[in-house]
Amino acid sequence: MLSAETIKKIDHEVAKYPAEQKQSAVMSALAFAQDEKGWLANETMDFIAHYLGMPAIAVYEVATFYNMYNLQPVGKYKLTVCTNLPCALSGGNDAAARLKQKLGIGFNQTTADGKFTLKEGECMGACGDAPVLLVNNKRMCSFMSDAKIDQLLEELSK
Amino acid sequence: MTNIEIDGKQVSVSPGGTVMDGARQLGIYIPYFCYHKKLSIAANCRMCLVQVEKAPKPMPACSTPAVEGMKVSTHSAMAVASQKGQMEFLLINHPLDCPICDQGGECQLQDLSVGYGASTSRYTEPKRVVVNKNLGPLISTDMTRCILCTRCVRFGQEIAGIMELGVAGRGEHSEILTFVGNTVDSELSGNMIDLCPVGALVSKPFRYSARTWELSRRRSVSPHCGLGSNLVVQIKQNRVMRVLPRENEEINECWLSDKDRFSYEGLNSEERLTTPMIKRDGQWQACDWQTALEFVATGLKATKEKHGAQSLGALASPHSTMEELYLLQKLVRTMGSGNVDHRLRQSDFRADKQSQGTPWLGMKLTEITQLKSALVIGSTLRKDHPLIAQRLRQAVKQGAQLNLINPVDDDLLTKVTNQAIVAPAMMAAMLAQVLQAAAELKAVEIPAAVKNAVNAISVTDGARAIAASLIDNKPAAIFLGNLAQHHPQYADIHVLAQHIAQITEASFGVLGEAANSVGAYLVGAVPGTGGSNAAQMLGMSATAAPCQAYVLLNLETEFDSHNPQQALKTLAAAELVVMLSAYKKHAASIDYANVLLPIAPFTETSGTFISTEGRVQSFNGVVAPLGEARPAWKVLRVLGNLLQLDGFDYETPEQVRAEIFPADNDVSARLDNRLNNFAVGEIRQTSAGLQRIGEVPIYQADPIVRRAESLQRTHDAAAPAAWMPGALLDRLGVQAGDTVKVKQGDGEVLLPAARDDKLPANCVRVASAHPLTMALGAMFGDITVEKL
Repeated sequence: MLSAETIKKIDHEVAKYPAEQKQSAVMSALAFAQDEKGWLANETMDFIAHYLGMPAIAVYEVATFYNMYNLQPVGKYKLTVCTNLPCALSGGNDAAARLKQKLGIGFNQTTADGKFTLKEGECMGACGDAPVLLVNNKRMCSFMSDAKIDQLLEELSK
Repeated sequence: MTNIEIDGKQVSVSPGGTVMDGARQLGIYIPYFCYHKKLSIAANCRMCLVQVEKAPKPMPACSTPAVEGMKVSTHSAMAVASQKGQMEFLLINHPLDCPICDQGGECQLQDLSVGYGASTSRYTEPKRVVVNKNLGPLISTDMTRCILCTRCVRFGQEIAGIMELGVAGRGEHSEILTFVGNTVDSELSGNMIDLCPVGALVSKPFRYSARTWELSRRRSVSPHCGLGSNLVVQIKQNRVMRVLPRENEEINECWLSDKDRFSYEGLNSEERLTTPMIKRDGQWQACDWQTALEFVATGLKATKEKHGAQSLGALASPHSTMEELYLLQKLVRTMGSGNVDHRLRQSDFRADKQSQGTPWLGMKLTEITQLKSALVIGSTLRKDHPLIAQRLRQAVKQGAQLNLINPVDDDLLTKVTNQAIVAPAMMAAMLAQVLQAAAELKAVEIPAAVKNAVNAISVTDGARAIAASLIDNKPAAIFLGNLAQHHPQYADIHVLAQHIAQITEASFGVLGEAANSVGAYLVGAVPGTGGSNAAQMLGMSATAAPCQAYVLLNLETEFDSHNPQQALKTLAAAELVVMLSAYKKHAASIDYANVLLPIAPFTETSGTFISTEGRVQSFNGVVAPLGEARPAWKVLRVLGNLLQLDGFDYETPEQVRAEIFPADNDVSARLDNRLNNFAVGEIRQTSAGLQRIGEVPIYQADPIVRRAESLQRTHDAAAPAAWMPGALLDRLGVQAGDTVKVKQGDGEVLLPAARDDKLPANCVRVASAHPLTMALGAMFGDITVEKL
């Protein structure tokens, strides 16, 4: 199901908690699984549930609670734009509009070439840098003006 | 104790107690939805907000710990404003569909909105809609009504032992669902319906059939497992519409197993027998009671004259009442025959003469929760006794060790410390190991009667661990389950378990298979000296001849006996078979009866059950008998009169009861699990050939539940398969899913093969008591499986 390398990473996390509380590692396990697979299929969550000895529905609860977990397949680059109030007041909606226009897709859609998925995100804790967006949950991009968005898309399109 | 003041009244709350506990002690009402006395505290409905002196904001009473000197007001302006405000929030997304909601009239939200809700809503924005989920045949959903109290989720985690429902999403998108559309399969799932404070989870079988205020509520007692759950049976126009738990902390608490809750559908089944019938020239003809009873009386007399009194036999279901069983045994005994038994699924009667009393649980049900160690022998406990399993689960949560010796490794939904999954033929050997290990650890002698047999067996570490668990953790108990009682070496298993209990100083109990298993013994529905037992009567014994005339009470022999193949053959050869039954015979069964007498099930007769803990519970009929059906005690009384037997002049069930329980009668004094001086012969340590494991599926155990339609659509009622370990499948060259021919004796059936690697080697698990497998023979024993 998951590669030996991912399992090793999960085991490393599991080792941080008491043996009877393996399920504490569920969030990192889901993150590693997503890194490998790109998204969390039901089978992946079921596997993690078995691996950590917890009910499948409890894994699903966690996976649906946090919006960084992808429950549907996404493009190569998942762009998450913050549209919460501080960002919205500083051009967050404009950034989102620019992305929609350039990519020709709306929120929760993927471009036809499978390269980009656009997501609406919640506060990323960097309101001073608004508007902000995240690339694949890992790379934070600040002060996303139209020019910077164009530049980012160009860079990622290569 | 912590002293606090609520609304000016002083109360002492036990350490760790909350404001809610204090209020409940004082009888002060605080509104709530998510709080439940048996579940963990979630504090997510916020309805129980109260004002606490010196606290800057309102506090939830259910989760606020009582602190010495705390002053709480539950009805101050701040508290009431908070509660009203919270009610407004809860009603924002709640649909106004009370007129078509099944919960209407018994809805906590509806009730509390009268007290705390506004008459109009200020909310004009769109309401949220949540898609309904299919949770299976028992629970109907209307998820838009859900207020996310999470009682159903916590019930699954904490009481049922399996988390099937969860809260997915967050904020406004939160919803209760199962993982990827699974159904809720717990055998306790119906309790979620009771727990749901709104109409989100309602009963599927009951849905849209009556309003709650149209129903009359009557008390009753469950006729299924040995627990004796207390019921509220709700009726409308002489028809049982619904069954709910009647709270009894010492028995079922506030819970009910699905079998107890939904089996009422079987009471209204199309298959109910509503008129007496006689078979003449191979044709069934309806007749009146007089004709039928005279036919029976003449037939019994004729058989007695022709073949002697010993040719009469009576077999009864242990789901029958005390009154019925008492009159049945009195009838055959007065006629001069000692052939009476209720243990049709038992096959080993060797220890009958050594028995010191009536087998029972060996302790009070409430004591199960206090156990620190338990050994369960031969039982998939949660299917056989769902609420006893629940009590053990709570004990395990409190640190008890559960040990298991069983041929199947089904998930008990609780932590099992030590388990030995062994072939049925090896169970006695496994117990001998534990006995030896216990004797070694305690440095005591093994009693002489079993010593030689036990000493021949070498002890494994697994057995030592079980023995140590029973010795080191007190109180401890050993329980014999249904499967042990049906086992062909039951006497050996029983006496070995008894000695283990003696040496480890554990309590020893036999789990009563049926509602009146204990009562059936007490009332004499067992053969005395000279009488034949069930196996002998049904032709399974080489030494005793079967009977010529049978009276069958409340039985479907094709499902209720240890070896249906042999039982049907014997009954077909008999001169007269009288069936007292609430149901027409099963269409698939062989036509062995000559007379059918329609009798009333538990809802239509008064009666008494004695539960597995020895509790005597009488109940009254809640509806009038259907059609011409009559309470079986009346039928037997009239039959006694027609046969001109003495002592059958009862006017009321109370008179029968008075005879069964004389004033000085102490039931508990007659309960005793011990076998006196039963010597164990050689214990087998190997088994040759394939062995059947033939357990009784949860929803096939008695005639009522077999006809409960909704229960028959659950996963637990799935058609039987031939379960085999992978190695055996490979050896037979069969894949899981292939159809195989399963043979026992001269009977064979075609079943799908299925794989269960946790089964012991060379074992084939084929459920008994099912129409698809009734052509097979004994529940345990040799079986052959052939590739098609």
